Amino acid sequence: MTPALARLRAWLGPHLNTGIIAILCVIVSIVVPICNAVVPESSALHVPDFFVTVIGKLTCYAIVAVAMDLVWGYAGILSLCHALFFALGGYAMGMYLMRSIGKQGMYASDLPDFMVFLDWKELPWYWYGFDHFWFAALMALLVPGVIAYVFGFFAFRSRIGGVYFSIVTQALTFAAMLLFFRNATGFGGNNGLTDFKRILGYPLREPSTRAVLCALAGAGLALAYALCRAVVGSRAGRVLTAMRDVEPKVRFCGYDTVRYKLFAWTLSAVLCGFAGALYVPQVGIINPSEMQPSSSVEIAIWVAVGGRGTLAGAAIGALLVNGLKSWLTAAFPAAWLYVLGTLFVVVTLAMPGGIMQLIGMGPRAWNVLSRFRTPGVKVDASVVGSPSSAPPPAVTLVDDKASSASAGGAAGS
Amino acid sequence: MAALGGFAQLSGDDVAHAVRALGESGDPRAIRVLKALRDAELYVDDASHVLIRDKNGAMVDALSGAPVPASGHAATINNEIRRVLDTLIARLELKSPDPDERLEAVGELARRSNEEDAPAMRDALEHEKVRSVRRALVSALAEGDLASEDPKRRLGAVEAIEEAGALGLAPKLAALTTAPAEPDPAVRAAASRTISSLHRKQIFVDGAADVLYGMSTGSILLLSALGLAITFGLMRVINMAHGELVMIGAYATYATQVFFHEHLPVHESLYLVAAVPVALVASMLVGALLEVAVIRFLYGRPLETLLATYGLSLLLIQIVRSIFGAQNVLVENPPWLSGGTELFEDVVIPYNRMAVVVFTAVVVAFVAFVLRGTPLGLRVRAVTQNRPMAACMGISTARVDTWTFALGCGVGGLGGVALSQLGNVGPELGQGVIVDSFLVVVLGGVGKIAGSVVAAFGLGILNKVLEPIAGAVLGKIVVLLAVILVIQKRPQGLFAPRGRSVEAV
Amino acid sequence: MSALLKVDDVTVSFDGFRALDHLTLTLEAGELRCLVGPNGAGKTTLQDVITGKTRPTSGKVHFDGRDITRLPEHVIVGLGVGRKFQRPTVFPGHTVFENLELSLHGSKAVTRNLFARLTAEERQAIDGTLDLIGLSDLRAKAAGLLSHGQKQWLEIGMLLVQQPKLLLVDEPVAGMTQAEIERTAEILASLAGKHTVVVVEHDMDFVRSIARTVTVLHEGRVLAEGPMKDVQADPQVIEVYLGA
Repeated sequence: MTPALARLRAWLGPHLNTGIIAILCVIVSIVVPICNAVVPESSALHVPDFFVTVIGKLTCYAIVAVAMDLVWGYAGILSLCHALFFALGGYAMGMYLMRSIGKQGMYASDLPDFMVFLDWKELPWYWYGFDHFWFAALMALLVPGVIAYVFGFFAFRSRIGGVYFSIVTQALTFAAMLLFFRNATGFGGNNGLTDFKRILGYPLREPSTRAVLCALAGAGLALAYALCRAVVGSRAGRVLTAMRDVEPKVRFCGYDTVRYKLFAWTLSAVLCGFAGALYVPQVGIINPSEMQPSSSVEIAIWVAVGGRGTLAGAAIGALLVNGLKSWLTAAFPAAWLYVLGTLFVVVTLAMPGGIMQLIGMGPRAWNVLSRFRTPGVKVDASVVGSPSSAPPPAVTLVDDKASSASAGGAAGS
Repeated sequence: MAALGGFAQLSGDDVAHAVRALGESGDPRAIRVLKALRDAELYVDDASHVLIRDKNGAMVDALSGAPVPASGHAATINNEIRRVLDTLIARLELKSPDPDERLEAVGELARRSNEEDAPAMRDALEHEKVRSVRRALVSALAEGDLASEDPKRRLGAVEAIEEAGALGLAPKLAALTTAPAEPDPAVRAAASRTISSLHRKQIFVDGAADVLYGMSTGSILLLSALGLAITFGLMRVINMAHGELVMIGAYATYATQVFFHEHLPVHESLYLVAAVPVALVASMLVGALLEVAVIRFLYGRPLETLLATYGLSLLLIQIVRSIFGAQNVLVENPPWLSGGTELFEDVVIPYNRMAVVVFTAVVVAFVAFVLRGTPLGLRVRAVTQNRPMAACMGISTARVDTWTFALGCGVGGLGGVALSQLGNVGPELGQGVIVDSFLVVVLGGVGKIAGSVVAAFGLGILNKVLEPIAGAVLGKIVVLLAVILVIQKRPQGLFAPRGRSVEAV
Repeated sequence: MSALLKVDDVTVSFDGFRALDHLTLTLEAGELRCLVGPNGAGKTTLQDVITGKTRPTSGKVHFDGRDITRLPEHVIVGLGVGRKFQRPTVFPGHTVFENLELSLHGSKAVTRNLFARLTAEERQAIDGTLDLIGLSDLRAKAAGLLSHGQKQWLEIGMLLVQQPKLLLVDEPVAGMTQAEIERTAEILASLAGKHTVVVVEHDMDFVRSIARTVTVLHEGRVLAEGPMKDVQADPQVIEVYLGA
């Protein structure tokens, strides 16, 4: 490939990606709401109410997928606690929605219903402030961000990487899920938070509110994509990909890899919280099952299906897999797990570049990297962070010859 | 045994009379008759012979024990007779040659706490040699004396309780430490002293129980983690479906149990022995299948194996669901694993937990032997240390991979056999196991079997110790945080060797 | 000239095995030093200690008048120590140009690099280096697709744009053809004077062609040090190399 052509492709790649996302976002935030609210029901173009909610929900998943792609596809960190960050954002918004029910709950109390049910007399301190929308919105971003930062700081500093990081994050998610399942934790136990009435005064049952929320989700996806695209297009983004491929070398180029990872990881967590906050008003419930370890693995498969390291692919994967899930779980409930399981296997075995690679829009580095991933050969680049218990590379014959030649030379002189 | 005639009567009074007479007769055969009456297995034939129906439904003569063909009508029994019966049987059993029966009898009498039984128990105490039965007798007697009007007897009782270390009586003693309930200051002082002594003992007993229970939970964890240590530690495959192989082992046990129940009911109690090879082979086959079909293509890409095997785990769960149903299935302990033994005073270890620990030890030894002492193990170690070189030496690395992976899965399946004896067996069983198992492998240091052993027992015991203090959920969270902190300090695990850094890239 | 690098009485033990045993070494600024020694002599460990990859069990390392014993790798790099690994390590997914861009001397902070644009000077520096290592035509090629020798040169180029004061180069000619070896010798020789260079190498002909001073390591200690011909005549060195 000539340099000019390569440069053209390098330029075109991200722009095509951006084009795909732009079209998606226009559909979600303009076409779908208009077809729902303005187009009369008798028209063939009318979008039914439930469909608006489904689209809005899937768009939130797409935001999570884009955030996941930033850390996994670009920085090479497979996080298994993105579902946790998503749920935390959701819980923060859910707490606001809970508080804005006011005295219209089942027990007509100022406290949320589940607290009355548990016979609590006053609001726990960590619920203070959630009466205000701005506070809840801030917390939806801040709580996942701070948790990610603190956890990431300790994990990255002690160089927990690769699969170790995945395992430890999975454990973190698991612990958090157990915590939220307890009634005493104060987030509604396994029922979670639900029965919301209104957001900022607008009733959540109204189709118009839902149409606006769906439009906001679309805008949110555009925002998340733009942010991530800017990051991966910068030199810092190139540092992230370099770290994914050969981390120690990045350190020897003078970069503090801990900070770069922390940056990408925290940004990604904040975006997940953002998505969660958009998600909960639309689906009307948040409970601990959202933060199951398996949910996090599913996020990874959305990204893998769409294509890692492309951002747009992640969004497409999330929409496709979840669209399929919505349809299959309703039509053939027993088949869904078979399909999902097969998807995991087929994608990793047969199409590591995902859909984006199939349509020729995979990351340009992919072909190069896949050379390093021939079956049966262990590649050090992919086990960076693994313990150094493996023996040092065996002496090559060339080395032996060199040293005996030099020994001979030394003896001869 | 003239009293037996009374059973032939239809009147309850006559039967009651016969029961009392039999109870005081001192005849060794009396107890059998009384028990048969209690269990409604006592019959009377037309000739007023008293018969006992044995387990298999055959009739035997109550006096001679000889089989009789005839059948008759059941002997009369009513509630009043039943009350008398239990006490009489217990009193008779105090003299039984079997210490377990005597212990049970004391328990029965203590439950009834009847003043009239005290002389019989004192009598038994004089002849009793077995320590556990003596303690039971002493505390049963003391419990009666605690309610006595006489302060001396109360004091004696408190002291006896302290000496016997009867933990169950601590609540009763607590009532004797305050003034209106207990007028005598000496008794109050003794009671408080005894309570604190009992409390110390309770701590020891709880600690010992936690350690022993933790060891059995740790054993399960270890079996599951040991399989992972092979697939992850040696082959660098993140097998998220490993939990499902444990589940397959458990379901294999269930299937063996069902097979024995239907086809070999005579040997049903032996199903567990047969289940071990069945589970091993089943999970090894599934493991080999997974390796050949999927994992083979993913070596050197640990994150990809994580995703693919996660998909496999979903498939396995759904397959098991469609075969066995979504509900939990019941795997019963065979009779020889029911019950338990008292390891120390008041520390009872159920046999099934002991068996799990022993079984684990055997499996660990087996795995160590396979890896260190067999040609397969030699090849496994060669391939995992230097694959190209091993291939050059003529080792079929592909076949060794399959065997190694199958071995790891097989050990997981054996974990399933053990788990089926302690916990529920359901399609989601594996999901609960996998997180902890990975933590064990990471904590213990990858590729270090000894590390896995220590980490598994450590986590198992820590979990059990924390449970009463912090509650099950918080305890689990504390354990997870502790693991994360330990990994902070020793990222390579507790037991990973330090060594010269390999070329960085 | 003052000492640029002082390795002072450094010991590294791994579970009882001493990779470095009270090793002391001094390098003057502008020097080109060759480090030789049989396998397991401690050459790689010494580099690990200097670059902060391994913390010594005891002893101190001073660079440019500063104690760097306990500093992390990226800080040491920032102070001016560059390292080339034995096996060529470049970023395979990035182009040759990007590889050099990532190695540029300058701020390595996240915030700066989120908004960084190449200045004309930086572009010039990269272009100049591309010429020096002979990869100008391949600037847009993914580094993973380069040949072994090209990767070695690219890695040396990456070190050059880093503008280190001290360069550690581990076996730069291993696996190279004769022509490539000569080109590498030229590149390294052109560096001497401007940079301080430490070359670890087995190929004695290559060492003879570039080195002024040679240090021989054996079992974690300095066995001999001096001009090439003195060292070659040293009976201890002969014994170690013949393994007699």
